Amino acid sequence: MLSPRLHSGLNRAPLPALAYLTPWLSVVLASAAPGWPFIASAPIMPPLGFLTLLGWRQLHPGLLPVWAGLPLGLVDDLVSGQPAGSGVLLWSLAMLGLEAIELRWPWRNFLIEWAVSAGMIAVYLVVSGLFANGIANIHGSPKGSPGWVVVIAPQIALSIMIYPLVARAVAWLDRFRLTRFRRIRFGQMRFGQTRYRTPR
Amino acid sequence: MPPPANRRTGSSRRAQYNAFIGYVVGTIGALVGVGLLALHAGNTTILSKLRGVTADATAPAAKVTATSRAAGTSLYDTLTGYFVAGAQNARLQREVALARVRLVQAAAIEDENRRLKAQLHLTAGAWQPVANAWLIASTDSSTRRYAIISAGSAAGVRSGMPVVAPLGLIGRVLETGQKTARVLLITDGESVVPVRRASDGIPAFAIGRPDGSLQLRLISLGINPLKPGDAFVTSGSGGLYSPGTPIAVVMSLTHDGAIARVLASPASSEFVTVQSIWNPVADPTLPPPAEADPRGKPRK
Repeated sequence: MLSPRLHSGLNRAPLPALAYLTPWLSVVLASAAPGWPFIASAPIMPPLGFLTLLGWRQLHPGLLPVWAGLPLGLVDDLVSGQPAGSGVLLWSLAMLGLEAIELRWPWRNFLIEWAVSAGMIAVYLVVSGLFANGIANIHGSPKGSPGWVVVIAPQIALSIMIYPLVARAVAWLDRFRLTRFRRIRFGQMRFGQTRYRTPR
Repeated sequence: MPPPANRRTGSSRRAQYNAFIGYVVGTIGALVGVGLLALHAGNTTILSKLRGVTADATAPAAKVTATSRAAGTSLYDTLTGYFVAGAQNARLQREVALARVRLVQAAAIEDENRRLKAQLHLTAGAWQPVANAWLIASTDSSTRRYAIISAGSAAGVRSGMPVVAPLGLIGRVLETGQKTARVLLITDGESVVPVRRASDGIPAFAIGRPDGSLQLRLISLGINPLKPGDAFVTSGSGGLYSPGTPIAVVMSLTHDGAIARVLASPASSEFVTVQSIWNPVADPTLPPPAEADPRGKPRK
């Protein structure tokens, strides 16, 4: 367990690359990783990429910009098997929606965040299924049984139940992100400043 | 929890513009998503290049989990093996005794087959596997059923090639990257495989269902002749899948066919083989096609 105390000290500072890239990389990794552990024959894994995005947004409003849904949703589309554009649209709408909810109800606690996330997860999974199966029908292939809504019900429940764990993991990543790894040597400027060099 | 203080833009013009541009780009992102979806409805190969590159890039990590998955499965088998060893030993000895008899019969049939084929001037063994690969990833969180295999266009894998596991058909290659390929599993809702009953050749279509089973639709309507336990193999009609690959066993009946369990469940298959596309005209084991033109001109 990394604690902020572990690398504390007056002459230490966070790594800027780590501080800024951790949220993005964690969401990308969470998008790709659910497909690896086993080869599933039904949708069972929660959409971890989307959950992680919600987790970062709820923990640190403004750390991921409002437009983060565009690039991160695109990456998710590449690995998730959803039709292209499904993640881009839904993740962008989720970021805008959370922004609107925050403006409307600025005071909140974890239960409210969980309830908001639960609503978003349910809508996200149902609309994703609609995009994936509805679009398949445009191509004229025989329609499968309409059972996919029933099949994703356990997935929705699991995703909602697992959200607090993801939020916990995101909080741990947040502490990791701001760990003071960088040692500032004597004579060096403070974090955020660069040394000015006189041109010859 | 109070709202975070750093979210207020105050009177700073720069902060106000930044917030505004954030909203604008966010809305543009949503519109880009709508545009991509509209393009996708007309053309499913959009982003396929990017998908291939992404699959190639994540392949090393996915391979590591695939090997540990295989190790975990074999560890479980080893552990359970200790508990069932005695009964299994007795059963296997009975089966070996039976199999020895069958082997002699099979050798006789093979010999007869060779003589008959020699009489008909047919050659066997024209269908070689293209590549052997690991199943390294799948779309576990989507309602679509794709898997990624660890062989791509560098190994000669092309779009449309059937992918089989030792127990039966898994799916067909949809897109290829350099080192990976994306496979449409037979349990996907868009996958339609022409099949026939192994015992008497009743033709049907096997369509994927969202819960990982197959819907068998009989081509000829009437009284449903299927029974639970019937085995189905690919029929090869329409090309693509070579005939005779095992695919599914009937579980329960419906009014126009049956629900079938997939034999080669992707979850229990680690290694798969990519076969070349089966083309009935190019198969040298088949008799030449009948002449379409009665005047005797060969069909083009």
